[in-house]
Amino acid sequence: MSITHTQSDLRQTHPAYRGRWTPVILTTIAILFLGVFLLLPLAAVFVEAFRKGIGVYLQSFTDPDARSAMRLTLLVTLLVIPLNLVFGVAASWAITKFDFPGKGIFLTLIDLPFAISPVISGVIFVMLFGLNGWFGPWLIEHNIKIIFAVPGIVLATLFVTFPFIARELIPLMQSQGTEQEQAALVLGASGWQMFRRITLPNIKWGLLYGVILCNARAIGEFGAVSVVSGHIRGQTNTIPLHIEILYNEYNFVGAFAMASLLTLLALVTLAAKTLVEWKTRKDQAKAVIGGIR
Amino acid sequence: MMTIKTWITHVVLGVLVLAIPGYAKDIKLLNVSYDPTRELYQEFNKAFAAYWKEKTGDTVVINQSHGGAGKQARAVIDGLEADVVTLALAYDIDAIAEKAKLFPKTWQSRLPNNSSPYTSTIVFLVRKGNPKQIKDWDDLIKPGVWIITPNPKTSGGARWNYLAAWAFALEQYKIQHPDQKDAEKSGEADAYSREFVAKIFKNVPVLDSGARGSTTTFVQREIGDVFLSWENEAFLAIKEFGADKFEIVIPSLSILAEPPVTVVDKVVDRRGTREVAQAYLEFLYSEKGQDIAARNFYRPRLESVAKKYAEQFPKVKMITIDAVFGGWQKAQKRHFDDGGVFDQIYGIK
Repeated sequence: MSITHTQSDLRQTHPAYRGRWTPVILTTIAILFLGVFLLLPLAAVFVEAFRKGIGVYLQSFTDPDARSAMRLTLLVTLLVIPLNLVFGVAASWAITKFDFPGKGIFLTLIDLPFAISPVISGVIFVMLFGLNGWFGPWLIEHNIKIIFAVPGIVLATLFVTFPFIARELIPLMQSQGTEQEQAALVLGASGWQMFRRITLPNIKWGLLYGVILCNARAIGEFGAVSVVSGHIRGQTNTIPLHIEILYNEYNFVGAFAMASLLTLLALVTLAAKTLVEWKTRKDQAKAVIGGIR
Repeated sequence: MMTIKTWITHVVLGVLVLAIPGYAKDIKLLNVSYDPTRELYQEFNKAFAAYWKEKTGDTVVINQSHGGAGKQARAVIDGLEADVVTLALAYDIDAIAEKAKLFPKTWQSRLPNNSSPYTSTIVFLVRKGNPKQIKDWDDLIKPGVWIITPNPKTSGGARWNYLAAWAFALEQYKIQHPDQKDAEKSGEADAYSREFVAKIFKNVPVLDSGARGSTTTFVQREIGDVFLSWENEAFLAIKEFGADKFEIVIPSLSILAEPPVTVVDKVVDRRGTREVAQAYLEFLYSEKGQDIAARNFYRPRLESVAKKYAEQFPKVKMITIDAVFGGWQKAQKRHFDDGGVFDQIYGIK
């Protein structure tokens, strides 16, 4: 790693690049692109949010509908993450530590939510649980509400965020192999002991990374949730849906205030992600050194 | 360090605490409505809650859901538990009766005035000074005039727009052929109208799914020269953004838009909310309800309120859908169903 760092600047290492303008031009283009497509919108969110002063900005968070949107988003995230955590670990464990027929298909299925548009994910649930859906009549008979209510929103979010943790863990666990687990078993560990003392410590940073990504998506999901929400104010609007409503009601400060909340969450996510990446690298480096010793 | 067990306990407790306040006991109604009625029902719901409290002592909370009328009807068909629907046109409510059988097909005769407590019409909203000199429907087909309208497939307002344009073309054909008897009913008149409407849609750069989306496109994003709009939506845009930015143009002919309302029988019977849902809709017809409608730029039905607001609403020559198109069922089938006239003219754009 250290080698690539000191020699990363081509202009210093390769005579052909000395004094060339190409690198400067390419870098400028990249920075301009970043500025226009990332930083400018980011700034716009906050400028719009504070357009009428900090008082109005803060007031938009006291609106009952805004409160309820925040509460719902929090609730959905708190339900979705533990469920995906269990599923993600179980799935990647099964795929990387065992061989079984249909493994390839299983792996592809995990990726399915990545491949299809979120709107379709939402429509799937309407087809299943809608009044005219497969289970609709039964649900109505038993007075159970799924779509156009909180359970539907949780299901749709769950579906869309399904692959995040598993996708993060599978490559990591594959690279780690099964030797350590085998050693543990030979030494007489039970299955649970092996998982807790060997597997879990090995994957903890990858797991956290997956949780962060899953969390970000769960908070921000719009398409799938929009289809199953029914858009009832104060009841089934998550933060992203509430932003759309406020914007359509000419309440631009309110809309951008909520948007600024999501933006801040995104920045926190980025920071957490960077930290975890750095931690993972450090751990891996330590493991390598430990291995050599 | 937190063990897994305490962590799970925390999450479960947190979820419970968050979830409980959502299920407090109150009478709750859900009004599923179309796009531009947000402000109307915001005000009306408060007035009704106060009225109901005084009358019965019960607290009623009315929840709102808004969107393009077609999309909203679809959601109710798919199981969105609306106690009442207040949509942009009768066809969307017909669709609910037909596809989901949530109330009888005769719903429109259950309340006065075709179950439409207020009416509206289609007008043009143009930028201040009317730079493209748009006065009437035939100015819209000129090249270089960009028109904003929502998508007739999903928006009720857009269907009124489309039909008003069609009716204007029929009328024009009749004027051009004074010797022909029943000119507007001939095949040539039909072809002429079709051509006319096709030309209008050639000048539409974006089709939003609902009226409010189109308003934002025209007003906020500043796209287009003229916005074919509900009268109430046009008034609202001027109220929100100032008369120094926009002006309303009244075409020589427009359409009487009747946005109807009904109670969703199956839902209110299951939830035990029939009485309050019925009272809610009837309150729309009361003097108070009519006054709120007029204040929000919907044309009131009640004579006394109409007089009070006479100055606000300009006189417009209006045709009705029943007279020109033989009712919503027929109009919908011919023009807006899949493969209908709209699909044909928009497809060959």
